[in-house]
Amino acid sequence: MTMTMTAAERTEETPVFHVVDEHEHPEGHSTLLGFWIYLMSDCLIFAILFATYGVLGGSFAGGPTPKELFDLPLVAVNTSMLLFSSITYGFAMLTMEKGQARQTQIWLAITGLFGLAFLGIELFEFAHMIHEGAGPQRSAFLSSFFTLVGTHGLHVTFGTVWLVTLMVQVQKHGLIPANKRRLTCLSMFWHFLDVIWIGVFTFVYLMGTLR
Amino acid sequence: MHAIFGRLSLEAFPYHEPIVVATFVAVVLGGAALVAALTYFKLWGYLWKEWFTTVDHKRIGIMYMVLGLVMLLRGFADAVMMRLQQAIAFGGSEGYLNAHHYDQVFTAHGVIMIFFVAMPFVTGLMNYVVPLQIGARDVSFPFLNNFSFWMTVGGAALVMVSLFVGEFAQTGWLAYPPLSGLEASPATGVDYYIWALQVAGVGTTLSGINLVCTIIKMRAPGMTMMKMPVFTWTSLCTNVLIVASFPILTAALVLLSLDRYVGTNFFTNTLGGNPMMYVNLIWIWGHPEVYILILPCFGIFSEVTSTFSGKKLFGYTSMVYATVVITILSYLVWLHHFFTMGSGASVNSFFGITTMIISIPTGAKIFNWLFTMYRGRIRFELPMMWTVAFMLTFVIGGMTGVLLAVPPADFVLHNSLFLIAHFHNVIIGGVLFGLFAGIYYWFPKAFGFRLDPFWGKVSFWCWVIGFWVAFTPLYVLGLMGVTRRLRVFDDPSLQIWFLIAACGAALIAVGIGAFLLQIAVSVWKRHELRDVTGDPWDGRTLEWATSSPPPDYNFAFTPVIHDNDAWWDMKKRGYKRPMGGFKAIHMPSNTGTGVILAGLSVAFGFAMIWYIWWLAALSFIGILVVAIGHTFNYHRDFHIPADEVVQTENDRTRLLSGRV
Amino acid sequence: MSTHAHTSHAPAGHGHGHDHGGHHHDDGHAHGTFRSYMIGFVLSVILTAIPFWLVMTGKLDNTQTALAIMALAVVQIVVHMIYFLHMNGRVEGGWSMLAMIFTIIVVVICLAGSLWVMYHLNTNMMPMPDPSQLP
Repeated sequence: MTMTMTAAERTEETPVFHVVDEHEHPEGHSTLLGFWIYLMSDCLIFAILFATYGVLGGSFAGGPTPKELFDLPLVAVNTSMLLFSSITYGFAMLTMEKGQARQTQIWLAITGLFGLAFLGIELFEFAHMIHEGAGPQRSAFLSSFFTLVGTHGLHVTFGTVWLVTLMVQVQKHGLIPANKRRLTCLSMFWHFLDVIWIGVFTFVYLMGTLR
Repeated sequence: MHAIFGRLSLEAFPYHEPIVVATFVAVVLGGAALVAALTYFKLWGYLWKEWFTTVDHKRIGIMYMVLGLVMLLRGFADAVMMRLQQAIAFGGSEGYLNAHHYDQVFTAHGVIMIFFVAMPFVTGLMNYVVPLQIGARDVSFPFLNNFSFWMTVGGAALVMVSLFVGEFAQTGWLAYPPLSGLEASPATGVDYYIWALQVAGVGTTLSGINLVCTIIKMRAPGMTMMKMPVFTWTSLCTNVLIVASFPILTAALVLLSLDRYVGTNFFTNTLGGNPMMYVNLIWIWGHPEVYILILPCFGIFSEVTSTFSGKKLFGYTSMVYATVVITILSYLVWLHHFFTMGSGASVNSFFGITTMIISIPTGAKIFNWLFTMYRGRIRFELPMMWTVAFMLTFVIGGMTGVLLAVPPADFVLHNSLFLIAHFHNVIIGGVLFGLFAGIYYWFPKAFGFRLDPFWGKVSFWCWVIGFWVAFTPLYVLGLMGVTRRLRVFDDPSLQIWFLIAACGAALIAVGIGAFLLQIAVSVWKRHELRDVTGDPWDGRTLEWATSSPPPDYNFAFTPVIHDNDAWWDMKKRGYKRPMGGFKAIHMPSNTGTGVILAGLSVAFGFAMIWYIWWLAALSFIGILVVAIGHTFNYHRDFHIPADEVVQTENDRTRLLSGRV
Repeated sequence: MSTHAHTSHAPAGHGHGHDHGGHHHDDGHAHGTFRSYMIGFVLSVILTAIPFWLVMTGKLDNTQTALAIMALAVVQIVVHMIYFLHMNGRVEGGWSMLAMIFTIIVVVICLAGSLWVMYHLNTNMMPMPDPSQLP
């Protein structure tokens, strides 16, 4: 391939117009870039939810304010769950690189548990707020709060479902290239959700408490 | 009953509206005839195996075009109904459409024309042409391509269902709250709108990701970014815009649906909601959207102009930069759609100025095309005729756009028929003329024969003259202060203008009829119109290097590119088609998963519209199960055996040497 | 790492000619090491702890705290990008980075634009007091 290219560039009189010695496109050679572009589009969904929170986040409509609602220690615990899940997913990727399927599975399982813990705490927080009469219908602030944080939570939920699916597939087929590629995609997805969460705890919880 | 059918009851069927019933009967009869014909000729298996489940970008492209054409007829029927209503509803006459029906008609017209006519046409052309232009065998994610197509069909299906089951939105094509909120629109119309766009939006976003990836990763060796054909460049920018703007639409519609379904207060008038936030969000998507439509057409005009002038495109580099600049600037002008909101002088002047700036790269493009034509040996074939018509029409549309970009002028013209005339002037004169140029240009590539020029010219003149007859009166009326979306009028002196506009619509109808007739005539006379060379226009880019229609694998050998006009360069330097050494070619296999997933999505959307919660839950679980199940299939490809490639290529050799 | 050898000789816009050369490994993707993951983890723990501590103790006044936590968030996002998402200018021949920069531009336009536009709307149009807020 590279040879035909250089041949073409060298002799201007007899240019080469097609690849004689062709290799196949390896399966999934665009997947990681494609998935990254998908993440960028997802990022824009979050951008709109952040913008909505930014515009409507001060419209309490006489209802509860962030100061009264947010339980920062709980949010801190929740954030740590997500951070731990990030590093454990990192370990899963490292063991995957070494081809250790069993260890990869263990780290994936731990990651999933942290993810579930995160979701559990978030659901507890939501239930508590709704119970106190601070549901998403109460004010535009609460509508945008529940939607932004809930959308992140939904993503984590789908990430967890995906994680379980991949564990089954690794169990079935081992760490074949297709599965490694899928694990890499999920890794990007998982860390991407971390990045969004940085925005959430800073912009929503911490700034909200300051407001 | 309520648990099973949600809010769907017999009352939902508009059997008391004679117009709808007549349409329904016609659709049922037509549909039955079609189904009977397909069954009689035993075509179901063929359609399913060769078309519905195909992952071939060429066939998917053609299916997009068929979808666009079918929906064009629906959207145009709505347009004719509006023109007729407005032409007769004077002097106390109520016309023939009641308000409930008329409001649905103008909403459906806008939604259909943008989402289900212009978008499928544009996506279809990009799907068909881009992989060929870059010398690839398919797109990056062939299955996703099939799925995207069927999601678009799913959205269109939901809009069509709303005609006969329930109602469509009566809010205008962007469904501004609070009118689109639950209080003002409690029925299913807005829900149809939301779910149709959400289902189709998934397809559009995914196809955008797919084509961006394809252009970045699958270009033939030697094709650097600055050697890409201009159509590929504009496609790249368009798909970048799709990926970076459709999520915004999705998010805005999610917020609107939460208001309607959950009772949140984003866009309500109570408890802190702000309806203008919706307008703000939807136009952050909406403005890039119009560039999504026009940019590929700019690409088509560039290809057509240089091909039919027999010259290299003038100012390739400036063309590329203009496209990129438009891509970025299209995110900085959205507020010009609602200057009258009251953001004040500073905000309005910023967006007014950015809007005027965006006309600079567009103007540069016009000059590039003119300079390409200058001293060229111009052949006025149909694609070139549409291109010249575009330049004349679009420039005027662009100038009225600059008028509207001046905030004080906009305060006078906002929501008037002047605005309607302006955006039809750029969308018909730019997008639609471009699509026709593209269709005439690439039709021989897709089917191996040209479209009949006589009926093409009839269609062309009817369209162009019809357009001006239909929309010049609207400019006049707009300047007189007539606002959009009116059903009846008091001032009889206005009627003459609406009558003229209706005549224009009739002319356009003849143009559409001539186009359909032209396709029929061309199929009939296909042997006379046959092109065996694969290069009927003496083309310049790679798609003309292969046969018409191209084989499944597009190119037996991946081409190597040395010049912008790769095929022109190959012809000029004595390129010889390879006659031997063919190898087996690796291709993706067909799959029905896309059809199934889209079908489930339609069921989900329908269930959500009618509050049929069990069906919604069931179809949602179905979507998850099928999608996850699909990932357990690791064998999605096959090889076209070398023998078959040899066979196909030998057939072409015989064709080229005229020994058939 | 062969990844770098592959991607570094593929400047923007060489088609799949170069991808062929590099397909013995399945992606153009950088991988982390134990060390890099741990650095990222420790940094992000610190960068998370400081803003929480600032807000919960109220050491600074509100404006200063707000500025500080925003700045820390930006730094932490960069840390995550580098150490967890392995972002650099060479991944996928620079296209990943380009995609990200474009996205950041659009995100900034959406966020800043919406806030600016809606703030001016609220100031200029002087919304009526919300009836539910009235006593």
